[in-house]
Amino acid sequence: MKTEKVKNDPLFHVSKNDNLPRWKAMLIRAGAVLVALVICGIMSVILIKENPFKIYGTMITGAFIDIWTLLKDIAVLLMFGLAVIPAFKMKFWNMGANGQVLIGCLCAIACMKFLAGKVPNVVLIILMVVTSIAASVIWAVIPAIFKAFFGTNETLFTLMMNYIAIGIVAYFSFSWSDGSGTIGLVNYIGSKNYMAGWFPNIGNKYVMIILIALLVDAFMFVYMKYTKHGFETALVGESVNTAKYVGINVKKVIIRTLILSGVICGIMGAMFAGSLEHTVNTSICGSKGFTAILVAWLANFDPLMMLFTTFFVVFLQTGAENVSTVFQLKSTDYSNIVVGIIFFCIIGCEFFIRYKIMPSQRLKDILSGKKTRSAEKKEEA
Amino acid sequence: MKKILSIILAVAMLAAVALIVASCGKTSTVDKKSIKIGLITLHDESSTYDKNFIDAMYRALEDLGLSKDQLVLYTGVDESSACYDKAKACVNQGCNVVFADSFGHEDFMIQAAQEFPNVVFAHATGTKAHTANLSNFSNAFAAIYEGRYLAGIAAGLKLNEMIESGKITAEQAVMGYVGAYTYAEVMSGYTSFYLGAKSVCPSVTMKVKFTGSWYDTDKEYTAAKSLISDGCVLLSQHADSYGAPNACEEAGVPNVSYNGSTEAQGPNTYIVASKIDWAPYYEHMINCVLEGKQLEKDWTGTIATGSVKLEAVNTKVAAKGTQEAIDNALAGFKAGTLHVFDTNKDNFITVGGEKLTSYKADVDFDTEYQKDTEVVSGGYFHESEYRSAPYFDVEIDGITLLDRAY
Repeated sequence: MKTEKVKNDPLFHVSKNDNLPRWKAMLIRAGAVLVALVICGIMSVILIKENPFKIYGTMITGAFIDIWTLLKDIAVLLMFGLAVIPAFKMKFWNMGANGQVLIGCLCAIACMKFLAGKVPNVVLIILMVVTSIAASVIWAVIPAIFKAFFGTNETLFTLMMNYIAIGIVAYFSFSWSDGSGTIGLVNYIGSKNYMAGWFPNIGNKYVMIILIALLVDAFMFVYMKYTKHGFETALVGESVNTAKYVGINVKKVIIRTLILSGVICGIMGAMFAGSLEHTVNTSICGSKGFTAILVAWLANFDPLMMLFTTFFVVFLQTGAENVSTVFQLKSTDYSNIVVGIIFFCIIGCEFFIRYKIMPSQRLKDILSGKKTRSAEKKEEA
Repeated sequence: MKKILSIILAVAMLAAVALIVASCGKTSTVDKKSIKIGLITLHDESSTYDKNFIDAMYRALEDLGLSKDQLVLYTGVDESSACYDKAKACVNQGCNVVFADSFGHEDFMIQAAQEFPNVVFAHATGTKAHTANLSNFSNAFAAIYEGRYLAGIAAGLKLNEMIESGKITAEQAVMGYVGAYTYAEVMSGYTSFYLGAKSVCPSVTMKVKFTGSWYDTDKEYTAAKSLISDGCVLLSQHADSYGAPNACEEAGVPNVSYNGSTEAQGPNTYIVASKIDWAPYYEHMINCVLEGKQLEKDWTGTIATGSVKLEAVNTKVAAKGTQEAIDNALAGFKAGTLHVFDTNKDNFITVGGEKLTSYKADVDFDTEYQKDTEVVSGGYFHESEYRSAPYFDVEIDGITLLDRAY
């Protein structure tokens, strides 16, 4: 019996590793990206039968086909990411950014649809922003209240709120349409109130969202690093009990932080309605609310780091799409697979950052050519 | 940090300006070797609807002697500003003409058309070109109701065969139809299909169920199943997945398909399929751009242009004489003597027992969806004549809508 046990000695010991230096963590992540790119390369050669470097080249040129579109996509994803990080810092897992943005956008569109021509354009735009923010805040605060007072699971709750928002939006995109299920651009061709509620262009239609995303990013950086609120949020995330002990009102912090998330989502919703989409349907958010989680996680919830992680993720998505286009794959599957592999490797490498893996005595023995303890025992027997 | 970003922004702005300036100096005619065509599709090849558009484009390129590399193809483009972004990307890559295939793409294509007046933008199934007043934006569709009518004849003959063999009584000749939305395009489709069947099998009635989605395999499958259990002995559909054909094959219920043959999905139940062949339009569109000619605001493909097609009849399932009956009707369409929506014929198109003598349809787009144009004259409903996209949305006797999806 005893020999059996020795024989089953593990080859590795896994232990928690809290003190990994930052540069080492970054090195591991970079390694993961490298591994992912190699796997993608092999897959591409098998599937597309093309030189992998040509495929990588296509990805790079593809991402820069239109620099403004690239910057806009980065800015939008960044806004979603900035909306989730304060809550994440508090270990409140807000999965509901999609729903929060969607419901805000819906309310702003409702203003455009029903108030256009009745109030001056400036008032209309202000109303759009205000209603959008209010709706998003309500959508974010409901799960926060339940979490704060009843301890409900916020992950499921926020996720569920997404589906409710999608349902409501689906309903209105039918009832406001001519039966086709598509409402089209609001206050556009064929409308008496041509372009009412459309935000003015600064330079071109993407400059505004880029500037707003940068401003919000800077604000969040200061808020989380240098303000009392930011400190309290982080402390609640570290340990609820410690926070309570030093006299922080945890309930208040939870609700306050989610209001902030809601405000950022509301701004994004108003931007969708007034500046980017001018319409609402269930697909305008795509999966950005979820990709934002990845972006935030990769950046370790740091708003400045997020500038790079959002760039990286958008670059990959746009680049992979371009591979489908250039090689005329007639399918969206390829880009999904590439992005999936890269995400998988990056998320997988977190294991090696959070845990230390040590070779066990048995592995050391095997490697050094020594007889293992089990072999010795056997000989003894 | 901010400095670097501002530098990036400044460089980006310069690049954008350079691109805009570069795209302005084009002449009106285009060289065949340098022409580039952009194609934007909602889903990819896994949807019968989009596959039909993609396949036709390759055929058109081959017919015109253009190379594959002259196509910029974007699949899986949502009905959001993603469509505008992709149209812009097509322009940046030198496309002279960009085509989008989904109804919800229309407004975003119009946006792109306003921004790039030197590039031609065309859009399938849309309704706004004739009112949008843009010289470089066009709509296209096909008189698919004629194809549906022909397919309906095949369905009617199959019902007759079932009645004659004693399998069902004349009253039990109930067809089922899986539709996407309670919307003119779908309503025009199922009504013409029904009228085709009725032209050979007068006792036929039809039940319609809507899925509220253009593409949802599960919903289409369940809707088909529930129609079958509701007593429908033959099914057809206007939705883009294989859901309904699969359900029919499982239950052994004959199916008349759309967008292309589904014989592979239902070898023992598939009768025939009608479809739009987009290649004739693509060729027309490309030729116009090559010659620097203005593209029509609305272009409606017909049987004569080769746009409305019927796949080969599956003789294993179809009733005897199907091909002959279809050929006869086809000759009638070509001669202009046969009209699908014939309002003069007795017991054909009635609403509440009365013949349809006048009808106003919503042809011109406005936000209140006003019915603005008289479309019944000369003894028939003039479908797809005042604009390319269908506008027949009359609920006629003999067709029961089991639910609605707006």
